[in-house]
Amino acid sequence: MSLRRILAVTRKEVIQIWRDPLSLMIILLLPLIQLLIFGYGVNVDVKHIPLCVYDRDDSQTSQDLLKRFQNTEYFNIVHLSDSYRDVVRQIDYGACTVAVVVPPQFAEKLHSQGQASVQALLDASDANTASIGMSYALSIVQSYSSQTQIDWRERHGLAAAAPNVTFQPRTWFNEDLESRATIVPGVVAMVMAVVGAFLTSLTIAREWERGTMEQLISTPVGKLEIQIGKLAPYFVIGMADTAGCSAVAVRWLDIPFRGSWTVLFACSALFLVVVLSVGYLISVIAKSQLGACQMAMLATFLPTFLLSGFLFPIDQMPVVVQWITLLLPPRYYVFILRNIFLKGTAVRLMAGQLTALAIIAVVLITLATRAFHKRLE
Amino acid sequence: MTESEPSVVVDNLTKRFGSFVAVDRISFQAHRGEIFGFLGPNGAGKSTTIRVLCGLLRPTSGRAQVAGINVVREPEAVRQQIGYMSQKFSLYNDLKVIENLRFFAGLYSVPGKVLPERLAWALHMAGLEGREQAPTGALPVGWKQRLALGCAVLHRPPILFLDEPTSGVDPVSRRHFWELIHQMVAEGITVFVTTHYMDEAEYCNRLVLIDRGRIVAMGTPTELKSQHMKGQLLLVECEPLGPGLEALREAPGVLDAAVFGSSLHAVVADAQTAMPGVREALESRGLKVGRLEQIQPSLEDVFVSLTRWQPEERV
Repeated sequence: MSLRRILAVTRKEVIQIWRDPLSLMIILLLPLIQLLIFGYGVNVDVKHIPLCVYDRDDSQTSQDLLKRFQNTEYFNIVHLSDSYRDVVRQIDYGACTVAVVVPPQFAEKLHSQGQASVQALLDASDANTASIGMSYALSIVQSYSSQTQIDWRERHGLAAAAPNVTFQPRTWFNEDLESRATIVPGVVAMVMAVVGAFLTSLTIAREWERGTMEQLISTPVGKLEIQIGKLAPYFVIGMADTAGCSAVAVRWLDIPFRGSWTVLFACSALFLVVVLSVGYLISVIAKSQLGACQMAMLATFLPTFLLSGFLFPIDQMPVVVQWITLLLPPRYYVFILRNIFLKGTAVRLMAGQLTALAIIAVVLITLATRAFHKRLE
Repeated sequence: MTESEPSVVVDNLTKRFGSFVAVDRISFQAHRGEIFGFLGPNGAGKSTTIRVLCGLLRPTSGRAQVAGINVVREPEAVRQQIGYMSQKFSLYNDLKVIENLRFFAGLYSVPGKVLPERLAWALHMAGLEGREQAPTGALPVGWKQRLALGCAVLHRPPILFLDEPTSGVDPVSRRHFWELIHQMVAEGITVFVTTHYMDEAEYCNRLVLIDRGRIVAMGTPTELKSQHMKGQLLLVECEPLGPGLEALREAPGVLDAAVFGSSLHAVVADAQTAMPGVREALESRGLKVGRLEQIQPSLEDVFVSLTRWQPEERV
């Protein structure tokens, strides 16, 4: 091993990155674009569900109930219907996702019999929004119902002895239950997967494609020296992007940061080694730049996007898919990122995830080093 | 490596790619301080041989030793002893001239003390003084080749492998390039060069003629021309050339005939006795005969007579 040769390779690689506009764009702009898209654009919070109302009772009581739908940010009353046919049409046209129908004699029944029912119609073509809409509607009606009971007891002179069990939830770590706080830390993983694996996947393939590899391997430079020399600049770039993204997330997007920056950088360095090894391995195998970037996309971007828990919770996936995610490094890194950002979790509590990452890193480094030969066949 | 030991020893070397035999049991030795030429058409196995010697391809069987080191067993040790210029230009086009030189100086661990002097020498040799900051990709082909040569010899290797170094280079640059090679040989470097240009082969101290993976002849250019030519050679100028060739092949005493540029060459047992018959054979067919005389064979004639190779890619 010669430091001189490693530095020669590194310097050459830096010059090439610096002179390649596409690489610079990927390094500088892509992280920012991803942060903005996932920080502002992607919002899995369900609010302002379009609601259609058909009040067949048209009493003070029914209006009281419907007002509760109006006074919440979860629903937007977009239409007042005057017939069932109209309600159906509103749902068919997609003008509203939920329709609430108050039956005739609603107030009368409620006062005389002590109970009455309200109908809700849901467009479940988007199952997620529909089920959330249903639970919102249910809780509005339930709270109305218990309020009515209390009123009724008071009016009849009964003590408010009703054994009201109240449920007072308190959410930790992401107090406002904002999806952004959950998603944005994961963006760091996305940025690393794309910048790290994508750029390194081109580094060896480019030399084969342009014919420069033949000259390079005719010199005494060792294959490990090539590997270290080529990956070093991308490691620095990856760490800089991590720092930049985290800073933007905390300062600009107001994501809480409760952990230690040292732990964040140490864990990121480990994940970066994994990502760079994947990119390098792909680059050695592919031998063409186009093939390499397609493989990099498939091997890093997609698993990080779909199977890391970044957007879609892993425990909601089919069991077989859950097993598969155990082999995927981004799964562990996304977990670690969320814990560092939102919970400030101690390192020892993430030991399992870190060990898994370390094992994967060792395996991939070994594979990448072995795959490359200083020969033309 | 001692003074007397050959720079390159190849013994019964074979390289197969699947069922295709690129190099077929070749043996030769190149000595210190000589220009050793490998001459043959494209696909003859020249590049394959040179790549095996640089440790870029593993031989199927046989032995190859460069600077006293076994190429298969210690390829890295060989690489510090050699400079290599591949057939296709393979420096970095997106690097500046000086950046390419510095890169290869780094890879060859050229000591910092002599680095400025070596860089200056390489720039001077390549005629690139004052163009250190020029992007390599923008240089004309001839200059690129000289820069590639400069990069390959920064570490002063005792052996230099050049694979078709002048293909695609204009004649003036080619001559300049060969002057550089002669300078290096004068300094004691062994130059191993492949070419399919016959005129370049004349510059070599010793030559191997290779065809379809096999060595067909070996020796100095003079030896090859005097020993490997069966019979004597006639130069025939006639109009038109095509029918002339046909007539010549059927003429009495003619062993072989081929087109050489704008004239014909015929191999005969004895020039003086064959000439009248040849002239008559051509004229009887109504062909106009110009010059008709005995000439000294060129390497090309030797090659054609040995391999029946039609040199289509001559300059």
